[in-house]
Amino acid sequence: MHESTKDHAALAALFNKDEERVNWHDETLWWIRQKRDKNVHQLPEWEALREAASQIKFNVLSNLHDYLLEFEKNATANGVQVHWAADAKEHNEIVHRLLQEHKVDRMVKSKSMLTEECGLNEYLAEQGIEVIDSDLGERIVQLAKEPPSHIVLPCIHKKKEEIGDLFHQYLGTPANVADPQLLTEAARQHLRDVFLTRRAALTGVNFAVAETGEFVVCTNEGNADMGAHLADVHIASMGIEKLIPERKHLGIFLRLLTRSATGQPITTYSSHFKKPRKETPIHIILVDNGRSVQLGRKEFRNSLKCIRCGACMNTCPVYRRSGGHSYHTAVAGPIGSILAPNLDMKKYKDLPFASTLCGSCSNVCPVKIDIHDQLYKWRQELVKEGYTPAAKTISMKLMAQTLSSPTLYNAAGKSGRFVLKHAPFLVNNKLNPWYKEREMPEAPKESFREWYKKRN
Amino acid sequence: MKVGLFIPCYVDQFYPNAAIATLQLLEKFGVEVTYPLTQTCCGQPMANSGYEHLTKGCNELFIKNFEPFDYIVAPSGSCVLHVREHLHDPANEEAATVLRHKVYELTSFLTDILQVKELNARFPHKVGMHQSCHGQRGLKLSQMSELVAEPFSKPGSLLKMVKDLDLIELGRTDECCGFGGTFCVTEEAVSAKMGKDRVADHLHHGAEYITGVDMSCLMHMEGILKRAGSKVKVIHIAEILNAE
Repeated sequence: MHESTKDHAALAALFNKDEERVNWHDETLWWIRQKRDKNVHQLPEWEALREAASQIKFNVLSNLHDYLLEFEKNATANGVQVHWAADAKEHNEIVHRLLQEHKVDRMVKSKSMLTEECGLNEYLAEQGIEVIDSDLGERIVQLAKEPPSHIVLPCIHKKKEEIGDLFHQYLGTPANVADPQLLTEAARQHLRDVFLTRRAALTGVNFAVAETGEFVVCTNEGNADMGAHLADVHIASMGIEKLIPERKHLGIFLRLLTRSATGQPITTYSSHFKKPRKETPIHIILVDNGRSVQLGRKEFRNSLKCIRCGACMNTCPVYRRSGGHSYHTAVAGPIGSILAPNLDMKKYKDLPFASTLCGSCSNVCPVKIDIHDQLYKWRQELVKEGYTPAAKTISMKLMAQTLSSPTLYNAAGKSGRFVLKHAPFLVNNKLNPWYKEREMPEAPKESFREWYKKRN
Repeated sequence: MKVGLFIPCYVDQFYPNAAIATLQLLEKFGVEVTYPLTQTCCGQPMANSGYEHLTKGCNELFIKNFEPFDYIVAPSGSCVLHVREHLHDPANEEAATVLRHKVYELTSFLTDILQVKELNARFPHKVGMHQSCHGQRGLKLSQMSELVAEPFSKPGSLLKMVKDLDLIELGRTDECCGFGGTFCVTEEAVSAKMGKDRVADHLHHGAEYITGVDMSCLMHMEGILKRAGSKVKVIHIAEILNAE
C-alpha cells in the first residue's frame, strides 16, 4: 500500500506542478464519464435499476449475517472451501498457508482491490512468494513499483510513452515504442508465460450469490479465467459485503457495473465459479477487515453497498485534478474517502476534506450511496474525535461566537471587517493561498446593510 | 405576502448589488420584503468544516430573525441548502422544521412560489450560466447531467425571459468551480485549477458575463478572471433579472 506522510492537499499540490499532465488526466477521465453518460442514457430504466440495486444492497446489509451463513452452506455443498478472515493479517496468513500447503512460491493474481487493501503482495514478498498481477493495468503499475491509482483503471495516471519505457526495461520491447497495440502484444506474450507456469491463482470477487454459493468475477481481459483455469488451486478473496441474495439479481448488478465503470454495456467476461473441477480446489476467503465496524456506524453503513465501479472517481472534479495517489489509500476518490476513515481515522483524517461536496459522486453511484453527505458527516465525526488542529478549533469557536451575536457581528462587521478577518481567503498577502492564483474581491463603499438602513 | 430577506454575510459585505437587486426584484412582484438587521450568517462555514455542533447560536438567531415571515428568500443556493438540511433547535424544533420548509433560493421562489411567467428585463449580452452545485444538486434547481431524467432549469427558464440575452452553451454543463468554502484555501492547488478550468469553458464559448445563483462561486471565478486580466465579468442572476 502507498505510504506517505503528506496529506491529500500536499500530494495534490505536487500533482498540480505539471499543469499539462493535470489537463491530460482530467480529460482522460472526463472522457470515460462521457462514455458512461452516453451509455446510461440509452436505458430509460436506468434510475429504476439504480434504485433496485440500492434496495437489494440495503437488504443484504440488514441481513448480512444470514446471507453469509447461507452462502457458506451452499458454497461448501458445492465443494468450495470457505475461510473466514477477521482482518487483513488473517487474510494474508490464510493465503500464505494455502500456498504452503500446495508447495507453491509463485502466484498469478487478477484484479482484487481487497488484496491491495490488505497489502497482500508486500506480505507474500516478505515470505518469499512472488506475485504477478495479470490485469494489464495492474501489471504496469507493478512493474513501476507503484500502487494502482484507480480501482478500475489502475494505471490511468500513466501515459503510453511511460508504459513503453517500462516495457522496454522489463519486457524487452524496443526503446521509444509507445504503440498501444504493440505494447499490449508484448504484455500478452509475457502474461501467457505467467499463466502457463503458475500453479496457484488468486482472483477477486465482484458478486457472491447466497442462494447458489457461486461467485462472479468480472474482467475485460479474461485474465481471471486464464489464471484460475490453468492453476492447480484457485483462491478467491472477497469482502463480506460483496453478497447478493439471488442469482437473478445479477441481472441488475451486471447491467449497472460496467456501464457505470467504463461505459460498456457489460464486462467482456462475467465468469461464474461454482463447483471446483476434480483435484483443483477452490478456496474462498470471506474478509471482514473493518466492514462489520462500518456496518455498526449508522451514518456510514451504506458505504458498504459499493460495487467498486469507480464512477465516483471518474466524475469527481477533485480526483480528476489530483490523481489517485493523492488519496494515499488503496481505494481512492470519493468512495475511498468515506471508507478509509473507518479503517484508520488518524491516518485518513484529511480525506473527507478533499472534496467541495459538489454531489456529483452520489448522482453517478449505481447503488445510490449518499457519498457527499457521508463526507460531510465524516468531517463532523473527525472533529468530534479530536482529529483537527487546535488552531482551527479555536478560530471556529471565535467565529461561532461572533456569528451568534448581532452586536459582536455588527461591531466587527463594519466595512466588511468581519469577513475580511475571518474568511480565510480574504487576506491580501502572499501567504494567503487564495491570493496565489486569484485576486481578492473589492470591498464596496457601503455594505448592503448600510444601504438598507439609509433607504428605510 | 411577507418575505424575510436573508442575505449571506459575504454578499452583504462584498456584493451589495446582488442583494439590492434581489430586494428590488421581489418588490417588483408585489412582495413585502423586510431585511432583519440582526441577521448574521447561516453557520455553514463552521458546519462544512466539521463544526456543526458550534452552530447552535446561529440557528437560534436565524429562527428568531425569520420566524415571523411567510417565506424566507436568499440569493444563494448554498446558504439555503444549509438551512434546509441543518437548521435545528432542540428547544424549538417545531419552529426550525417550519423554517426549513419555507426558506427558498431566489430563482426557485420566483418560479415555484410567485410562478413568474414574464419579466420586464433586458440584458443584451452573451451570458454563461454557472450551475452552482449546492443549488443544482442540493436544491435541484436544474436537472443534473449524471441522471437519466428530463432536463429543466429554474434559473435557466428565467434567463430565457430576459430580452436580448444570449445564453451560451458550455462544454461541461455542471462541473464544480472548486470554491467549496474553506476548500479554496486548504486545497489551494486543486481549487484554483478547478476555477481556471471552469472559467476557460465560459471564455471558450464566448461569454461576456458569467452568472449564477451563488455569489461564492462567482467570487471564486471573478478572482481567476481578474488575475488573468480578463474583461469578462461575473454577475449575480438577480442583477440580470432586475436589469432594465
